[in-house]
Amino acid sequence: MGRTDAAAWENCATLTQSTTEERVSPRASKALEPASTDPAFIRNFCIIAHIDHGKSTLADRMLQITGVVSDRDMRAQYLDRMDIERERGITIKSQAVRMPWAEDGQTYALNMIDTPGHVDFTYEVSRSLAACEGAILLVDAAQGIEAQTLANLYLALDNDLTIIPVLNKIDLPAADPDKNAKELAGLIGGDPADVLRVSGKTGDGVEELLKRVVELIPAPVGIKDAPARAMIFDSVYDAYRGVITYVRMIDGTLSPREKVMMMSTKSTHELLEIGVSAPEPTPTNGLGVGEVGYLITGVKDVRLSKVGDTVTSFAKPATVALKGYSEPKPMVFSGLYPIDGSDYPVLREALDKLKLSDAALVYEPETSVALGFGFRCGFLGLLHLEIVTERLEREFGLDLIATAPSVIYQVTTDDKKTVTVTNPSEFPGGKIASVSEPIVKASILAPKDYVGTIMELCQGRRGTLQGMEYLGEDRVELHYTMPLGEIVFDFFDHLKSRTQGYASLDYEPIGDQDADLVKVDILLQGEAVDAFSAIVHKDNAYAYGVLMTERLKKLIPRQQFEVPIQAAIGARIIARESISAMRKDVLAKCYGGDITRKRKLLEKQKEGKKRMKMVGRVEVPQEAFIAALSGETEKKEKK
Amino acid sequence: MPSALPIADPAPLDGALPASVVSGAAERNFGVYLHVPFCRVRCGYCDFNTYTSDELRGARRTDYAGQAIAEVAMARGILERAALPERPVSTVFFGGGTPTMLPVTDLAEMLAAVATTWGLEPGAEVTTEANPDSVDADYLSALAAAGFTRVSFGMQSAVPRVLATLERTHDPERIPLVVEWARAAGLQVSLDLIYGTPGETIDDWRASLEHAIAQKPDHLSAYSLIVEVGTKLARQIARGEVAEPDEDLQADMYELADALLTEAGYEWYEVSNWASSPDHASRHNMAYWQGQDWWGVGPGAHSHVGGVRWWNVKHPAAYAERIAAGQSPGAGREELDDETRRIERVLLRTRIRSGLDIAELTTDGRLAVAGLIADGLIDGRAAIHGVVELTMRGRLLADAVVRRLLVD
Repeated sequence: MGRTDAAAWENCATLTQSTTEERVSPRASKALEPASTDPAFIRNFCIIAHIDHGKSTLADRMLQITGVVSDRDMRAQYLDRMDIERERGITIKSQAVRMPWAEDGQTYALNMIDTPGHVDFTYEVSRSLAACEGAILLVDAAQGIEAQTLANLYLALDNDLTIIPVLNKIDLPAADPDKNAKELAGLIGGDPADVLRVSGKTGDGVEELLKRVVELIPAPVGIKDAPARAMIFDSVYDAYRGVITYVRMIDGTLSPREKVMMMSTKSTHELLEIGVSAPEPTPTNGLGVGEVGYLITGVKDVRLSKVGDTVTSFAKPATVALKGYSEPKPMVFSGLYPIDGSDYPVLREALDKLKLSDAALVYEPETSVALGFGFRCGFLGLLHLEIVTERLEREFGLDLIATAPSVIYQVTTDDKKTVTVTNPSEFPGGKIASVSEPIVKASILAPKDYVGTIMELCQGRRGTLQGMEYLGEDRVELHYTMPLGEIVFDFFDHLKSRTQGYASLDYEPIGDQDADLVKVDILLQGEAVDAFSAIVHKDNAYAYGVLMTERLKKLIPRQQFEVPIQAAIGARIIARESISAMRKDVLAKCYGGDITRKRKLLEKQKEGKKRMKMVGRVEVPQEAFIAALSGETEKKEKK
Repeated sequence: MPSALPIADPAPLDGALPASVVSGAAERNFGVYLHVPFCRVRCGYCDFNTYTSDELRGARRTDYAGQAIAEVAMARGILERAALPERPVSTVFFGGGTPTMLPVTDLAEMLAAVATTWGLEPGAEVTTEANPDSVDADYLSALAAAGFTRVSFGMQSAVPRVLATLERTHDPERIPLVVEWARAAGLQVSLDLIYGTPGETIDDWRASLEHAIAQKPDHLSAYSLIVEVGTKLARQIARGEVAEPDEDLQADMYELADALLTEAGYEWYEVSNWASSPDHASRHNMAYWQGQDWWGVGPGAHSHVGGVRWWNVKHPAAYAERIAAGQSPGAGREELDDETRRIERVLLRTRIRSGLDIAELTTDGRLAVAGLIADGLIDGRAAIHGVVELTMRGRLLADAVVRRLLVD
């Protein structure tokens, strides 16, 4: 459909029947029966898009146009279930939905698999992609392609997916579809004129897109009579049903009440329910080759149903598992502590519950002098950390402090022992022979005017420029290798602020390197404050020491004695500040016998004291720790 | 008194007191505080309950003495109905505001009402605050004749620049005159000083202290300037027009005051008060710290009788209405339980030189004493004798000491 007659199709978006005679009904008159659908009429696809490029809105429009969600049930971004996802406009957990669609008198089953959009979830993305034969590459017609989209596009091409390039938000005044169509065509080949232009918001072009999905994306291929093999591409915990496992059938069939086996763990489960999402879970008589659906086994922990694993029949098991499975590997670590120490059991329970739905989350108890009892948690990346923290706060009503994120270091001491360090407190004392740190390949995409400032930032973070290429006329992709430890420490914030938010970042681990790294401790009156210890490059140790001692000097109230604040590498002091003793803490008078006021003031002061953490004899307000960890002091001064 | 009243239960309109107030009443002195809520101008730092003529909403200054006298009569009835023993009044204190804004005959009538209602103890202390430029020799003689024994002048500073920042209108040259007149009339003299005013140097403060000491008053108070929320001074500081008082400089000033006053023969008896001899300590002031009974008369005045604290409605017009209707002017009150009364004793007695009986402390509190001795905040010798007595450093950190003594 060209752009000129698109307006005529707007009606479809509001679910009234099309009046154009020569076209078939946008909705199939009768949906195909799952379990007995000929793979030739199945199309499995996903949408690759950057966070706010409108993927969910487009998905909503497809649900509406194919008639699987009625207007009445329609709520914006239907597929994103959690509040956080809806508010942040990003999809964390993917799902699949089966939509009926007819073209030229033939009914098809379109399985749309919703993928997580963020680099932290690369592995999950790769499994979602492996469940599809094609992908819609969705790009905001005003903003152009972003680094994360490039990363996911790369994964899709690597999985041999057929790509349908689409520009979204063409209704926006700032849209520049001609320029961006050229950029897309340059990227994946083909004619810019073939780049479809849609508006998820108005529905413009969406029918044409569905038509292309049917025409261009290959039908799935599998062996009908082989032992069943289904790939798990997502696994979601539901409070009522337990774990819901989303699978793509490769070979054979699975049926209700059949006993199944997970090939990585050999654990067996009975299928209590098997079905498809339409988009509400709909039980079926099973799933056949090429189909996408869900399994329920009554299992309560997503760890027993791992993304990438192969589900087979217990009675007639497959001998070879599907390729591509790997265990989730946490890359970023941070200590999470309840602000109110008495919330520790709540935090523990909350993490226990969250892990049921988040197989990548790992944690163990940890104690901090400064912050009390908490957990050392491992995350896939920074966004994963942010999402988990936010879910803990929102869904479990917790107030949390997170310590500065850290990565995994391998530290070898002079006596040839190697220690794995995910927390500065584990950094061995004594002589160190070498320290190895993870490095990543980082791609930064930004308008060309910002190249200078980005290079400056990356060089300051020990990045090595690997190359630079122009995407279109004014956008540049910069390739760096950089230590992951430098990226997790507020790199993204700096990148965004230096580029007015225009730069986007993607990174992937590429290995390890030895580096001159040291642990800097921060001491209050001679006592190390564990939450502030950091592993930094030797050249940055002094700057970190000065930064933290100055921050703490501003944040810690004066005590009844002088408090030295020092930064040290081992026994060597590299920076020093001091808080002079408080000399006056007395109200001059009681006003005309108003003792009540004086007593209430005392009560307030005592309440305040209860919120203090003791580091040795030094009373430190909890807020000071939070502010020191978050760098609020500098931000305030800038204002 | 501060313009914000505490949050507590409403006070009953008949002012009736619970039976519990009788317990131990015979061992407690009874004092009367009379608030005079008028000033000619409001000083920039002041958040006391006081009003200039254009703030009064129809409450006439000339009617005020009569209203206060009516509250005294009401007080007598309430105390009698609570079955409290007849106690002559030990101390009377006229505070404000500026009590001497009223004609001396008004003050005399109010004092006479107190005296005839309850009787004055022999040697009772009767004080009024006075602004140096609102009294003259005749006024002071008339006070003495009416039965006043003591006058407390709001001298604040001897340095014109500092007085200007405080928006005090008197001429420092007037201090020797009013002190001389008061002494001639047979009144004891106290001088009030304020230190730590923005812009005041340590030398300015030394000059004020020396000037005050040269007048040989019987008693001296030195209060650090506190910037109260809602005052003009607080707004000036917020706008950056005036520097915030420096607490370290205030500490230096306090230490200087104690050094100069001690050298001149004065002794501290409460954190902010010094007297030329123990006889000249303000007994009315001490009553607050010791938890004696007193009735506060007037708008916004606070009272304490046997573990019940209450305070009157703030505005003179609201006060006048209550009095006219024969109702108690009480706005709010609280009845203290035993633990709260203990906390108050720790809070209040720690500030006075005679100190706090260590037996008032919990086990943890008694343990905290050792740390406070080690930190040089309380006197070790006194502690061994069972009394918490603040050292010089401890006086400057008295609130911190109290928090440590009340550790949970």
